[in-house]
Amino acid sequence: MQKATFLALIRLADDHLILGHRLSEWCGHAPMLEEDLAMPNIALDLIGQARALYSYAGEIEAAGRDEDALAFGRIEREYQNLLICELENGDFAQTMLRQFYFASFMLLLWEQAQRSSNTILAAIAAKAVKEAKYHRRHCGEWVIRLGDGTDESALRMQAACAVLEPYLAEFFQVDEVVLEMSKNSILPDPLSLRAAWLADVCEVFGAAKIAPPDLSHAHKGGRKGRHTEAMGHLLAQLQYMQRSFPNMTW
Amino acid sequence: MINTQEIQLWEVFIRPRNGLAHRHCGSLHAADAEMALQAARDVYTRRGEGLSVWVIPSAQIVASDPQDRDQMFDPADDKIYRHPSFYEIPDDVGHM
Repeated sequence: MQKATFLALIRLADDHLILGHRLSEWCGHAPMLEEDLAMPNIALDLIGQARALYSYAGEIEAAGRDEDALAFGRIEREYQNLLICELENGDFAQTMLRQFYFASFMLLLWEQAQRSSNTILAAIAAKAVKEAKYHRRHCGEWVIRLGDGTDESALRMQAACAVLEPYLAEFFQVDEVVLEMSKNSILPDPLSLRAAWLADVCEVFGAAKIAPPDLSHAHKGGRKGRHTEAMGHLLAQLQYMQRSFPNMTW
Repeated sequence: MINTQEIQLWEVFIRPRNGLAHRHCGSLHAADAEMALQAARDVYTRRGEGLSVWVIPSAQIVASDPQDRDQMFDPADDKIYRHPSFYEIPDDVGHM
């Protein structure tokens, strides 16, 4: 049970760290100044959530690993994030669409997790739910404006949909860790969030004039530590400082 | 970079606390009202500066012409009697 909780926390933390890192790559490169602040704001929220989850995971594991050891000290196969989180950013449309998919999913998950039988996780969820609500709003509005914007923005949003579609079903994948968590009312079964998530996506896609996503084909493996080619490059950058100067602090 | 010349300019007003007035704090570019509101939140309230945000299209602000400064404002310069500084305020009134 403790082992399953540890793994569930690590998965969530990895999703947030890896996606937060990807989003932070936009810092200084956003298409306009306003968005150059908005995207790192979201990235910092995600990395903050990852910190809380890693710290708690380290306590549960009780093996002396702190948040830094878990975030920076593992090898690629030990990261268990969803593959969609590690994909390269692509253009602004693809970045915003991925962020919207993730925020919509996390908003539903955190809402349920606020009532977790695990009080620490419930407290993390209560803080995160406010942040996810804004991420979903901000990114959803961009999806609508790009999908139903100019000819070029619509084409780019459609291309983004095609790139990300095969990675969506992994959100709802069920295995023994997920079942253990939902059986003990610690975290919701993601499959139970699927209908609400799809309804939310379809509402935004309707306004954006985009066809609903097809979830029938899925790349999987992230939850087992099997990653895409992009992951190694990402980790090389993410881990550089701690690998070069172990246990360094600011 | 997007050519921000084509994107509307907005003025941002933030109210820091209940009971205070909204104060002008800057401007930003956004394509429409919703995105302007979000950009204002992201650019100007990152350190807990605000409880309420207003955004107003800059083009909607009617401003006095700097060339009219003489006729608009100079006549007030010599009306010193308009300042309430010629009254003796009794000590027990306290702070006004």
